[in-house]
Amino acid sequence: MTAQAGVDVPVVRPRGRATRWLGGDGAFRVVVTACSAVVLVTIVAMVIFLLVQGFDAMRHYGFFSFLTTARWAPSEATATSASPNPYGILQFIYGTLITSLIAMILAVPVAVSVALYITNFAPLRLRRGLSSLVDLLAAVPSVVYGFWGIFALLPALKPIGGFLASTLGKVPVIGVAFSGPYFGYSYFAAGVVLAIMVLPIIAAVCREIFATTAGSWKEAATALGATRWEVAMVAVYRPSRTGILGASILGLGRALGETIAVTMVIGNFVLSINKSILGQGATMSSVIANEFTEAVEPFHLQALFVVGFWLLVVALVVNIIARRIVAAQAAL
Amino acid sequence: MSAEAFHIEVASDMVAAVASDAEPLPEIVVETRGLDTWYGDFQALRKVNLSAAKGRITAIIGPSGCGKSTLLRAINRMNDLVPGYRTSGEILLEGVPAPTDPAGVIALRRRVGMLFQRPNPFPMSIFDNVAYGLRLERRRSRRDLEEPVERALQRAGLWEEVKDRLERSALGLSGGQQQRLCLARSLAVEPQVILMDEPTSSLDPIATLRVEELMREFRDEVTIIIVTHNMQQAARVSDVTAFMLMGEGRAGELVEINRTRELFNRPQDRRTEDYITGRFG
Repeated sequence: MTAQAGVDVPVVRPRGRATRWLGGDGAFRVVVTACSAVVLVTIVAMVIFLLVQGFDAMRHYGFFSFLTTARWAPSEATATSASPNPYGILQFIYGTLITSLIAMILAVPVAVSVALYITNFAPLRLRRGLSSLVDLLAAVPSVVYGFWGIFALLPALKPIGGFLASTLGKVPVIGVAFSGPYFGYSYFAAGVVLAIMVLPIIAAVCREIFATTAGSWKEAATALGATRWEVAMVAVYRPSRTGILGASILGLGRALGETIAVTMVIGNFVLSINKSILGQGATMSSVIANEFTEAVEPFHLQALFVVGFWLLVVALVVNIIARRIVAAQAAL
Repeated sequence: MSAEAFHIEVASDMVAAVASDAEPLPEIVVETRGLDTWYGDFQALRKVNLSAAKGRITAIIGPSGCGKSTLLRAINRMNDLVPGYRTSGEILLEGVPAPTDPAGVIALRRRVGMLFQRPNPFPMSIFDNVAYGLRLERRRSRRDLEEPVERALQRAGLWEEVKDRLERSALGLSGGQQQRLCLARSLAVEPQVILMDEPTSSLDPIATLRVEELMREFRDEVTIIIVTHNMQQAARVSDVTAFMLMGEGRAGELVEINRTRELFNRPQDRRTEDYITGRFG
């Protein structure tokens, strides 16, 4: 503002402090950086911890020897003999992957359908209630799922298991995976429990994704004479495919690591890979949960840490692969 | 459009027939008779009589909130998606009452295409966008689709621009191209009518002109009803113009419908005159 000679110009003062203290920016930066660093440090520390704890067993039997057999027999371990390694963990890796696979096959279609129904088909007053119910499923503690699994789900699955064994079980080649008899505790039962547990996660994320699809696509499809179903497919499902994959990965992460509910219904059979999903087995997390309190044999506890280490590796690898798939999808 | 004959329906209380005896009456494709619509308790349209003839472009003008879009969306029953929407009166398509049952409505929408304010191509390839409506009719091989897809793109004046990139995403096109793609998508299923709801309001002047040219090009084959905010646009492209206004209780009424030149030069109704001369609205 230029003051003309002789004219009184009112001085305009900026409101608030004349000079602002900018140190807050620096402090804020330090805080958020430190918090981010905690995440990195935690994961690195965890890997190191698992390796250190399992070091004795790895040195004694060899780093990769755990991955060469599928027989876990702590009672056969001695302080001196190093071969064969009595702590084979292939059956646990298999168990973790197959139960998660069953869970995803069962949960993803249902979760996507639930989310589609809530966002596109349910009457308005039903939507909120239904959403809360789905969220409530996620709030049930896993031990309750396990408990419920033993006493309610296992008996209920009996006829289904029997049916699978007597139909698919008779089919050549793939029949092996469904061969009976079916007693209840099994990969299959664990997969079903996991499916119920991951369902709300996937459904909730899908619901959010579906809700963000453009209404103008729905209008376009409707105006072209598409049915409600066709509208939902082209305007909601199709643009969301990448998001559905992402949601599934979140669910998969939960399924791979879920412990207590699985331990309660899988049967904890540790001596080999059970080829049938109707048979008993164990997962990496279930064997740790089941045995760490009574790991008294030589190298037993250390071997469990090795299992923990490989569980971390498997979870990371699956996550990386899944993320790659999402990225490739998103690029299309 | 000098001595052409027009069959014109006028708002209930006014008659302004300009049909001459010399020429046959043009074929009325879309007609509403005493159309009332409500959103819940709110009456959005009152006793609207509109007719649109084959070979003519009919423009609907009027101030915001006067029910232009509601009228347009009543014709292809898009408003049915709005909870609480109901309607009374008649909507005729080629003289036959438009169906109201779900299957009939879907069939109706295949005969009556629509173009929206904002281009809304699906997030898929250019080809798949145009083929979408055809694929809804029945399963077809890619080979069967190529010819109608090309024809639709030709009619929408887009073929030369996209023929080398049919497999690319439609979202990579410019706004004007996207709107012409949407036009091609509608044209592909060979509709009798295309309803346009301010189709150029999000386009730049050149893209707007391009769409207007196209409308003139295929108006003989497809009956066009266009809602526009822009009076110059109505004057430029349309053959017949309808003027709507909010009446009692804010319900939209059709004040006057006439040959475009007549309506703009010699409006019959005082309210029309006020509006086109910019005294309100």
